[in-house]
Amino acid sequence: MLRVEQLTISAGGRTLCRDLDLAVAPGELWAVLGCNGSGKSTLLHTLAGLAPAATGRITLAGKPLADYSRRELGRTLGILLQGEPREFWGTLRDYVMLGRYPHAHLSFGWSAPDEEAAARALAAFDLEPLAARPCGTLSGGEFQRARLAQLSAQNPRLLLLDEPLQHLDLRHQLQALEWVRAAVRRGERAAVLVLHDLTFAGRCDRVLMLHGDGRFAAGTAAALLEAGRLENLYGCRVRAFGSGPDAHFVPVI
Amino acid sequence: MLAVIAAASLFTAVLFGTLSLSVVQVFDGLFFPVPGIVQDVVWKLRLPRAMAAFACGGLLAASGVLLQVLLRNPLADPYILGISGGAALGALGALLLGAGVAFTNLAALTGALGAIAIVFALSFRAGDWNLHRLLLTGVVLSAGFSALISLTLVLAPQAQLKGMLFWLMGDLSHAGASGVAWVLLALVVLIFTAFSGSLNALTLGALKARALGVAVGALQAALYFGAALATVAAVMLGGSIGFVGLMVPHALRLSGVNDHRRLLPASVLGGGSFVALADTFARTVWAPQQLPVGVFTALLGVPVLLFLLSRKP
Repeated sequence: MLRVEQLTISAGGRTLCRDLDLAVAPGELWAVLGCNGSGKSTLLHTLAGLAPAATGRITLAGKPLADYSRRELGRTLGILLQGEPREFWGTLRDYVMLGRYPHAHLSFGWSAPDEEAAARALAAFDLEPLAARPCGTLSGGEFQRARLAQLSAQNPRLLLLDEPLQHLDLRHQLQALEWVRAAVRRGERAAVLVLHDLTFAGRCDRVLMLHGDGRFAAGTAAALLEAGRLENLYGCRVRAFGSGPDAHFVPVI
Repeated sequence: MLAVIAAASLFTAVLFGTLSLSVVQVFDGLFFPVPGIVQDVVWKLRLPRAMAAFACGGLLAASGVLLQVLLRNPLADPYILGISGGAALGALGALLLGAGVAFTNLAALTGALGAIAIVFALSFRAGDWNLHRLLLTGVVLSAGFSALISLTLVLAPQAQLKGMLFWLMGDLSHAGASGVAWVLLALVVLIFTAFSGSLNALTLGALKARALGVAVGALQAALYFGAALATVAAVMLGGSIGFVGLMVPHALRLSGVNDHRRLLPASVLGGGSFVALADTFARTVWAPQQLPVGVFTALLGVPVLLFLLSRKP
């Protein structure tokens, strides 16, 4: 699905990640962990073709990222940005419809399949009652769900999600995670999530840890999620409760 | 509904004037012309003027819509990028030298295109648009032009001063044939309405629009040059008619038209009707003295917009 070779990314004169090799297979769910400013978002932007890579090669579905047209890339890959301006001219439904942009024949308005995809996306995030509300009047969590619904309507094969759970209440955090897992399980899809929540990271298949100084570690969640590595990554004391997929990690206060 | 208003405004513009004509006379003159004074007044004087006014307003409103999307700034208007300043400086320089209409127009065109080129060259570097730099370059350039315009006005002899002031306030009495402007207006409306989905996406910000699959760089360049050319064509017809490009799109947004598929054509019809009506006022209220149309676009538009702003959503 996604193959990254010898990728080096830097920002603000610092090398955040050096010679990264990564292979994201269809059906895989990845969690990206690291401190603030360690390059998680920059990595996602680079993978989405929104930021240039210093060196290295990125191949998406067998084709170099640079060879994609912007629209074609929009059908193959979708990114949830960490933040975006809240002011929008239309309703929540208008906003979610824009996810269909790369699929639509733009001169003639939205087609019936576009409308259906947006309706399904609204339903998947409990947004139908809010569909006619102007976007500016939504709460932070409601708007976050609208952003996820827009991505769901876009229906790309590779999902890149930058802190998808921010602002969400517990039930909607679960709902968002279940949506990603279901999308990935349907096959031919994969997802990369930037997370700060270690419980949810434990439910991913694989983990990428970025130390922000060029070092990184990639592997299965079972192998990488242990107290010692996490203390090293975050620079604070961490205690583990339980083991295996049910392990919980709590900072020592 | 706006199309009906547009047709009605053109008809009104033809109806009123120094020579009073009845509705029936104008109707006959338009659709069943017989040689005579009515036909001359309708076809040679008032209709061309009304058509020029409509094209001018439509172009300014379209340019306003495009620039408000490009700059993501509600205060963007056709004159923010220094185009009208460049045109005015060229025109006033020509008037100062005592040039005729043709040379004045040529000088205005040169000034406007010069301003477009300078702003573009300064703000577009290595394939990367910096919109803040674009906005600031335009504003700074406008300030420079307005200083030079003030200087020209101070130095100008009394005899040419009135013509210069009319040019600055916006005046359609010297508007020539508006064929080119109409072609450009039709192109702008057709092209950008076809790409209205991209305009809608771009309102979310350049990064988000790219993430959705919009070729943002090409779109921004098209918006800049589309808006710039529309402004040049409008300024060549009517000088610096203020208020239309900023306010007509906002008035429509406040009335609930937000999707660019409808906003752009609606703005063109609204802006065209608005200027056609304002120009009818400008040439009849104080007849036979003609007043600058720019004064009336503001006098008519300010109360309407203040009403829309004060309404509860």
